[in-house]
Amino acid sequence: MARKNVIKKYSPAFGIALMLLLMIGSFYAQDRFPRPEFESGYQRPLTTTPGPQARFFEVFDIFVLIAALGVASYLAFKKRSRSGIFWMTVFSAAYFGFFRNGCVCAIGSLQNVSAAVFYPGYFIPLSVIAFFVIPLIFALFFGRTFCSSVCPLGCIQDLVLLKAVKVPRWLSEILGVVPYIYLALAVLFAATGSAFIICRYDPFISIYRMTGDFNTLLYSFGFVGLSVFVGRPYCRFLCPYGVLLGWMSGLSKHHVTTTPNNCVLCRLCEDACPFDHIDKPASGKIGIAHSTNLKRIATVIVLIPLISTAAGWALSETHLIFSRMHPTVRLAEEVLLEDAGGRRTTSLETRTFRSKDKTKQELIDQAREIQNQFCLGGWFAGGFLGLLFSIKIIKFSIVRPRADYEINKISCYSCARCFESCPNEHVRLGNLNSEPVLDIKQITP
Amino acid sequence: MNENVKRRDFFKNSLRATLALGLGGIATFAMRKLSSRNTVWQIDPEKCVQCEQCSTRCVLDLSAVKAVHAHDMCGHCDLCGGYHRPDAKAQDTAAENQLCPTRAIKRTFVEDPYFSYTIIEEKCIACAKCVKGCAAFGNSSLYLQVRHDRCLNCNECAIAKACPAAAFRRVPSDQPYLLKSKQAATWHAKM
Repeated sequence: MARKNVIKKYSPAFGIALMLLLMIGSFYAQDRFPRPEFESGYQRPLTTTPGPQARFFEVFDIFVLIAALGVASYLAFKKRSRSGIFWMTVFSAAYFGFFRNGCVCAIGSLQNVSAAVFYPGYFIPLSVIAFFVIPLIFALFFGRTFCSSVCPLGCIQDLVLLKAVKVPRWLSEILGVVPYIYLALAVLFAATGSAFIICRYDPFISIYRMTGDFNTLLYSFGFVGLSVFVGRPYCRFLCPYGVLLGWMSGLSKHHVTTTPNNCVLCRLCEDACPFDHIDKPASGKIGIAHSTNLKRIATVIVLIPLISTAAGWALSETHLIFSRMHPTVRLAEEVLLEDAGGRRTTSLETRTFRSKDKTKQELIDQAREIQNQFCLGGWFAGGFLGLLFSIKIIKFSIVRPRADYEINKISCYSCARCFESCPNEHVRLGNLNSEPVLDIKQITP
Repeated sequence: MNENVKRRDFFKNSLRATLALGLGGIATFAMRKLSSRNTVWQIDPEKCVQCEQCSTRCVLDLSAVKAVHAHDMCGHCDLCGGYHRPDAKAQDTAAENQLCPTRAIKRTFVEDPYFSYTIIEEKCIACAKCVKGCAAFGNSSLYLQVRHDRCLNCNECAIAKACPAAAFRRVPSDQPYLLKSKQAATWHAKM
């Protein structure tokens, strides 16, 4: 008791003495008040450290992904069952979407991979690499079964699709360019450590999380509302991962077909695809049809380096605009603007910067460095886009002869909707009691 | 015709192999930065400037960021800079004297003249008013941390995006806190 009184009486002196003592090379240099010695046996509680929600799921998710892809491929190829795919879709939306809250998804993972490849301070967990690679490997063998019923973003759009409106060909061709640009920018922004734009502008995540501010929810429900009438608008006109899947699927070893055996040109499947991914028969010689096309193709091939360079130059020239996605560049510009008297108020960011030790010159140097990275990245991203557009023009000029109605392997999601439109499918299922429907090509000479 | 088809098959196979190789290449490149465990978001208390963004920017309705208290750094003062308003009329638990807008700090008498202060996490909105107060007048034992029983671990953290001090960073998921104090030293050593 006596000791406590002494402490109380001389507590300022004690405090100062202790403070001085502690200040001399002590770990607790910031203490203003001495930490009391308790006589009542009071134990200071420790700060609790609840762990991340479920580390077990990091590995488990990979297995679920592989299993889901396997089941989806099995349902599409062996069972040819739309209802099976539908229930798989429900499962994926429930598990990857609502239960796992949609993070990390394969679409977003391409940014993590890009950051891991290019950005020095970024480290990537194995589960994220797995989410990036596994669907692409499956696409290389079985087409985009990932899109059909595993991807949570695709699933939610697929489930709400009630009445598909046909998007005019010219419009879908123009909008179909957007994913390439989105991909190039997403990789560029991730590689420079600026932002993960795919995650930032993910339209469905707030639905899976069932939270969000007004604007986010408006955006989300706008997209879902659109998906009721336009088949999978995000997949077709935005998804950057779909570009990669398309490359894989276009060259896939196996791919689902509308008809289980042979096409009879009955035209019943013509409008069966709500996404407009069934190509009609086309005549033409193998390869290139007309000499005008030949000329055009030759011109484009010669011009590829020029187009790529021009696009690369154009994108690198805009590095001042694009680099503003990086917070450091934004901050440097704001600080410079304020110092030049171009703004009456200060922002939270600049006030924070000024309260810290970093000098203005350091900040500007950092921003310059990032802008240079954007300049270099712009050359690559622009060159890549230029090359893709050239290839697209060449593809327009090549008329592949098609005797039958064929699924477009690059863009098909393997959703199995078109199967039931084929009469031969009904023969296979035993709904029609007949031999396989006669091939019209054999009747009409 | 047969020749043509063969040639096309060969062409397709080589393209397919190229794609597979490219994919493998990208994966291998990414593997160089492989971390053996997942990463989660955390606030570096040394960098935090208590700007209140944490309370509003989180995608959760109630932010996953909470104030935590390093009790072993606390002075256990009667007049607490993190608990009482600077203009508090009395050093008591009256609402008008409290700094916390949601009364999320519990003040308990320990022994004369010491009090302990505990965060009631369910009430905390991560406004960082107490953190600021404690840093200004006390030992700076209150600070903000991402609570991982709440955090969804978004690929792009919405608060990190808005943080003006770049105080958010990814940390290994088996060491998911950046604790202050003595506990931090022992805790990190244990890991």
